[in-house]
Amino acid sequence: MEQSLIKDLQNIVGQQYTLTDRESLAVYGYDSTPELESLPGAVLLPGTAEEVSRIMRLCHAAGISVTPRGSGTNLSGGSLSVNRGVVVQTSRLNRLLEIDEENLTATMEPGLITSALHREVEARGLFYPPDPGSMNISTMGGNVAENSGGLRGLKYGVTADYVMGLETILADGELLRTGGKVVKDVAGYSLNPLLVSSEGTLGFFTGITVKLIPKPQGKITMLAHFPVLQDAALAVSAIIAAKVIPATLEFLDKVTIKCVEEYARVGLPLDVDAVLLIEVDGHPAVIAEEAAAVAEICTKHRCSFFQTAKDADEALKLAAARRTALSALARLKPTTILEDATVPRSCIAAMLKVIQDSARKHNVTIGTFGHAGDGNLHPTCLTDERDQDEIKRAHTAFAEIFDAAIAMGGTITGEHGVGIAKKKYLPKLVGESGIRVMRGIKQAFDPKGILNPGKVF
Amino acid sequence: MDYVKLINCMRCGMCLPVCPTYKETFLETASPRGRVALVRKVQEGDLDQSGRLLEYLSLCLDCQACASACPCGVNAGELVAEFSCERKESAGLGFMEDLILRKLVPHPDRLESSLVPMRVYQKSGLQKLVRTLGVLKMFPKPLERMEGLLPELPSRPLRQEIQEVTSAQGTERGTVGFFLGCVMSLIFSDASRATIQLLSYLGYKVITPRNQVCCGAPNMLGGDLEGLRQDARTNIDIFGGHTLDFIVTDCGGCGAELKKYGHHLDGDPAASAFSGKVRDISQILALHSDELKSRFRPLDLKVTYHDPCHIAHCQGIRKEPRDLLKLVPGLAYKEMAEADACCGSAGTYNIAKPEMSDRILKRKLDNIAASGCDVLVTSNPGCLLQLKKGLAEHLPGVRIMHLTEVLLRSINAA
Repeated sequence: MEQSLIKDLQNIVGQQYTLTDRESLAVYGYDSTPELESLPGAVLLPGTAEEVSRIMRLCHAAGISVTPRGSGTNLSGGSLSVNRGVVVQTSRLNRLLEIDEENLTATMEPGLITSALHREVEARGLFYPPDPGSMNISTMGGNVAENSGGLRGLKYGVTADYVMGLETILADGELLRTGGKVVKDVAGYSLNPLLVSSEGTLGFFTGITVKLIPKPQGKITMLAHFPVLQDAALAVSAIIAAKVIPATLEFLDKVTIKCVEEYARVGLPLDVDAVLLIEVDGHPAVIAEEAAAVAEICTKHRCSFFQTAKDADEALKLAAARRTALSALARLKPTTILEDATVPRSCIAAMLKVIQDSARKHNVTIGTFGHAGDGNLHPTCLTDERDQDEIKRAHTAFAEIFDAAIAMGGTITGEHGVGIAKKKYLPKLVGESGIRVMRGIKQAFDPKGILNPGKVF
Repeated sequence: MDYVKLINCMRCGMCLPVCPTYKETFLETASPRGRVALVRKVQEGDLDQSGRLLEYLSLCLDCQACASACPCGVNAGELVAEFSCERKESAGLGFMEDLILRKLVPHPDRLESSLVPMRVYQKSGLQKLVRTLGVLKMFPKPLERMEGLLPELPSRPLRQEIQEVTSAQGTERGTVGFFLGCVMSLIFSDASRATIQLLSYLGYKVITPRNQVCCGAPNMLGGDLEGLRQDARTNIDIFGGHTLDFIVTDCGGCGAELKKYGHHLDGDPAASAFSGKVRDISQILALHSDELKSRFRPLDLKVTYHDPCHIAHCQGIRKEPRDLLKLVPGLAYKEMAEADACCGSAGTYNIAKPEMSDRILKRKLDNIAASGCDVLVTSNPGCLLQLKKGLAEHLPGVRIMHLTEVLLRSINAA
């Protein structure tokens, strides 16, 4: 990157927040995506929205790309700069600006950590449901850009269902305000949903307003052990068919159970094929009934043991243990390739079978866990980046899994985004017309293509 | 350096929210994940030490909060420490680090004599004069900081005073060896006295070998692995000469190091046996909680506990100290936020990296203040030094005590 440009960037954010030394560039060349690495030309940590706008204006004029980054937990390579552009980290823009208890909204800057928002709103008896596995690390800006899901997606939906208003700095530095605190708004095109899940390719969020709901009064957390994997999958469909919508309905297979238990020591069974972690929340009388129904269905589907968390502490430990699943799987092998193919939830059992068959056929180890209740599984291949042959077989297996997901009416990514990692599968899913419309939208927002290039398509 | 340990990091970022330096800076270079990546780049030949590499790595406290948080079992703190140790082994140390880590701390005799002038300095009133006049501003910064950290010293180090054998009170239940940490013996001798007394109350005969040497942790910090192994062999021989049920220490740092002798002297069964017997004092006391409970008398105190990194993260001990405090009648225990976050002491870190150390200390003090406690309990001399100074300057209403001091006080209370 040219010295004069670096100087100009320093003038905007300050020297201390302009990183260009090779060590800094090296560690901003990755996020949580395996196998991907690409060094930026500079890393900036702006402290105000105004600074973001000035960065954009400067880069727009100079034709330098801008890639937004939160905590760098992206799983599709979305926070990497592919052409030695500028990576802009939102960490310093991390203020929670307002909790509006009359309108049930919260407004914040993009660098706010998701679980920090949870803590603040829950202290006021309110609830922000989206809870991605990385919620203690991930930022709200990243959640919005990726439309993050989480463990409570089944009952409460995903980030997009809660975003009410956005302040977005466009490619040329102009500010775009969309939505706000109004519940109903049909003025013009709905731009919020377009910006949510845009993966940093349409604009840089500097302000986010989300919807809050009253915090559920009670919660029952349960764990069911299944000696046979398919029984667990069938139990998931049966629970939903019985018109019980748990807040959380998580699945962990044998490989995942072993790794999680080794780290978290919460008493998961090591001798079964699968467990379901189930949480129902709401009015105490209702959840008691729902928990009884869940227990009955699990028993009917041959669960060998059914446990109800005895207190909030135990419930918390079980949920926290589940959140470590992805990282814990890395105990077995150095490289973990995680996918998030998602299918209509009635197809969970069929999807699990496809995953197992593919793993066997291509001789790779795949551990599977995930949000079974919403059809979003995380088959995770445990491999070693130094074994190129195995890596190749893993990708072949995943290509098969994606094809199967699409054939079932599902999608190639439920919550991690397309980024760099799934670019080549997107046309298969959305077709030529899908890509054409998306390109048109990109053109309208960012004709010069400086915003997070090389992602999505 | 084991390359597999480096590539095991899958960069999930679970370590970011617990890393004290990342929390202060939000910089990837100041995060455990980033440090592992930097070391890995060096191993892969993509980076060398000519740039800012060592400056970035030296910001690591080696508190190992990242290791506790890492589901895939990577210990970034230890990897950085190992890497730095190898470098220091070949490159040598700065003047102060060399003086402290190689010339003084590993040698109890030298260390003890070095503090004689300090004692005179304090007792003669010279300290007061020097502090009032600000004379220290004329000396190098590290010296000023060291002077400021030093509380009033006991008249003699405990190592020179304590009997080698303290007999058990009542029926003898067993024999333990007591490992006397350097700083505990020199500065916090009252706490170690309390530790020995508690053990004796519980029916343990306590053997405190006078010729024991440093645990070796400063050698590791100073890049002298061979010196560390030498210390380990000496201690193993000395304690091996007695029949012991446990080897007990009330210093978190020593405990963590002693438990690693088996690892340091890989393949030596005597080292593994030694390490297998090492217990933090809280682990022993927790074995006898019923008995202690019946002997505890009420203490009207509001207490919070600070987890020393070397106890919580390196030894995985969190429950025992808290459970013991909660046994004391009348004592109101209040958990503080981020109790297991480093206080910024971290060996010589508070002298080597004063600015970052102060920021980390400030966060800790804010959490202590928010807990509303009037006594802060911890059980590691580094934390005691750092927090004693911090409390005196910013929270004068809060006292600091070693765990064993509180428990003994409860037993002796009227």
